[in-house]
Amino acid sequence: MSAPVATGRRRRGAGWLYYVGIAAIVVYCLAPFYWMVVSALRRPADQFSNALLPDPPSLDNLVAAFSPGNGFGRALLNSVIVASITTVLTLILGISAAYALARLEFRGKGTILSIIIATSMFPGIAVVVPLLQLFVDINWINTYQAMVLPSMSFALPLAIWLLTAFFRQMPFELEEAAQIDGCTPAEAFRKVIMPLAAPGVFTTAILVFIAAWNEFIIAVSVVNKNELKTANVIVSQFTGQYQFDQPFGTQMAAGVVVTVPLVIAVLLFQRRIVEGLTAGGVK
Amino acid sequence: MTATSVDARTVPAGKPRGHVTNRRAGVGRLAFLLLSPSVLVLGLVIGYPIVSALRISFVKTTEGIDANTGLITRTTGFSLDNYTNIFTGETGRLFWNAFWNTTTFTVTTVVIETVVGVCMALIMNRAFRGRGLVRASILVPWAIPTAISGLLWRWIFTSQGIANDVLNTHVLWTTEGIQSWLAVVIADTWKTAPFIGLLVLAGLQIIPAEVYEAAKIDGADAWRTFWRITLPLVQPALVVAVLFRMLDVLRMFDLPFVLIGRGKMSTDTLSILAYNEMSNLRFGPAAAYATVLFVYVAIVAYVFVRVLGADIVGRGVGRSK
Repeated sequence: MSAPVATGRRRRGAGWLYYVGIAAIVVYCLAPFYWMVVSALRRPADQFSNALLPDPPSLDNLVAAFSPGNGFGRALLNSVIVASITTVLTLILGISAAYALARLEFRGKGTILSIIIATSMFPGIAVVVPLLQLFVDINWINTYQAMVLPSMSFALPLAIWLLTAFFRQMPFELEEAAQIDGCTPAEAFRKVIMPLAAPGVFTTAILVFIAAWNEFIIAVSVVNKNELKTANVIVSQFTGQYQFDQPFGTQMAAGVVVTVPLVIAVLLFQRRIVEGLTAGGVK
Repeated sequence: MTATSVDARTVPAGKPRGHVTNRRAGVGRLAFLLLSPSVLVLGLVIGYPIVSALRISFVKTTEGIDANTGLITRTTGFSLDNYTNIFTGETGRLFWNAFWNTTTFTVTTVVIETVVGVCMALIMNRAFRGRGLVRASILVPWAIPTAISGLLWRWIFTSQGIANDVLNTHVLWTTEGIQSWLAVVIADTWKTAPFIGLLVLAGLQIIPAEVYEAAKIDGADAWRTFWRITLPLVQPALVVAVLFRMLDVLRMFDLPFVLIGRGKMSTDTLSILAYNEMSNLRFGPAAAYATVLFVYVAIVAYVFVRVLGADIVGRGVGRSK
């Protein structure tokens, strides 16, 4: 994101009201997340305390989240597997498609791009219903591929769109120079474009991974065996000691574990993420 | 999907003749090779479901007992029943209720999120120290999985939770009724208003400072500057952001599913209704609901692109330079 210097110079006398606004935004965004962390760090006995700090802090909820009965550790692994495979496959397909859409001239290009973008608006449930029936027929229920393949329905349009935007930004002289030097289009892509496109590919990878990691409706539909459920699904289905007692403390602790990698990614790569989000304008 | 046929036509079947045709055909063939895997996968995970859902939604399975053998027989046949059932009777009541919820969620959250998002963007548009911190914190609600944020808000809204404590009320937020509807709206607003803010901010930052200076010289006050300059110039970015938010809320599932639970009149969306049918293995009605939702989403998208001129493709492609 290019931050224009002019904006700052234009209005210097910010005033306290302005900093109140900034503070309000930060509190608005972080307060609920803070509450999740604080609730996770309370002792189970203090669970309903509404004090702003856990007193005394305890890791009991975290330990409980990983207790064998919950299957949370395995679920985290499942999430990593599903999100990683989805990201890798999506990137392989997406890079080649986006390269064609951004750098090659051929008929019907606009139509294809419009259709691919239109697919990203497709409601998840409309993908899941027919595919679930198909998966029942071919015995794919409770498999990784039953989660990975439908996830491509939102991941692939997202990746193609972002990558097309990134590939477009590179000067066209690059390939021309490469071709004058005797490269075929394929070689030009591999030797000239790819190294330069690496940052854009990386940004796309982060956004696709986050989207796949956060996926819920597919995972909750095509898997009913605890060993294959993803973290999001299993945390939402944690049961308490008694049937109607929702174990919020454990769920908040598990929620923190599921969220912390994403928050770290956001802190590390915020520039890239914002760049990707605003290039694509998608979630 | 049609994409394959469009694409296939660009690749000449015969051996290309002459140097120029040769090169063009080479590019066309390369494009075909590069695109076909993606088109194939999208055909499988989007194209197939559209066609299949349409087919399933018109099939009715009736179970009966064979009079002669006493065995259960299943007959399937073409029928409009799944659709007529959606719009009439008890199931019709559920459908229109879910349709109403989906629509009110969409309109309410998108309006609130746009207003809050634009305010955030206006504040953040002024250069200040600690910009990175604010940007990181604004990404936190976006990054949290919706299912987890649903749990988080369920915890905030429990009867003895922090929400009732702060408001000094004893509302049963997550049961049923208007307060549950409101809880979903609040949770959704928290998660996505910052996201809209981010997109609008990107739009604000490409407005040249000279425009504002000219307005100042002409004696425009802040209010007038906002309505006559900022808003019109940021509109293209805003329209696209709003469109994507709308399409996202129309298919809303995770948040009411986790925050309130399914089978609630006040918060069941069309997606949840379809999921309910599907989890009871009634694929016909589920597919009918899904198809109706798909058509609804398509109409909204069409109206946005045609009437409001949301330039989606242009943003993605960045209008070749």
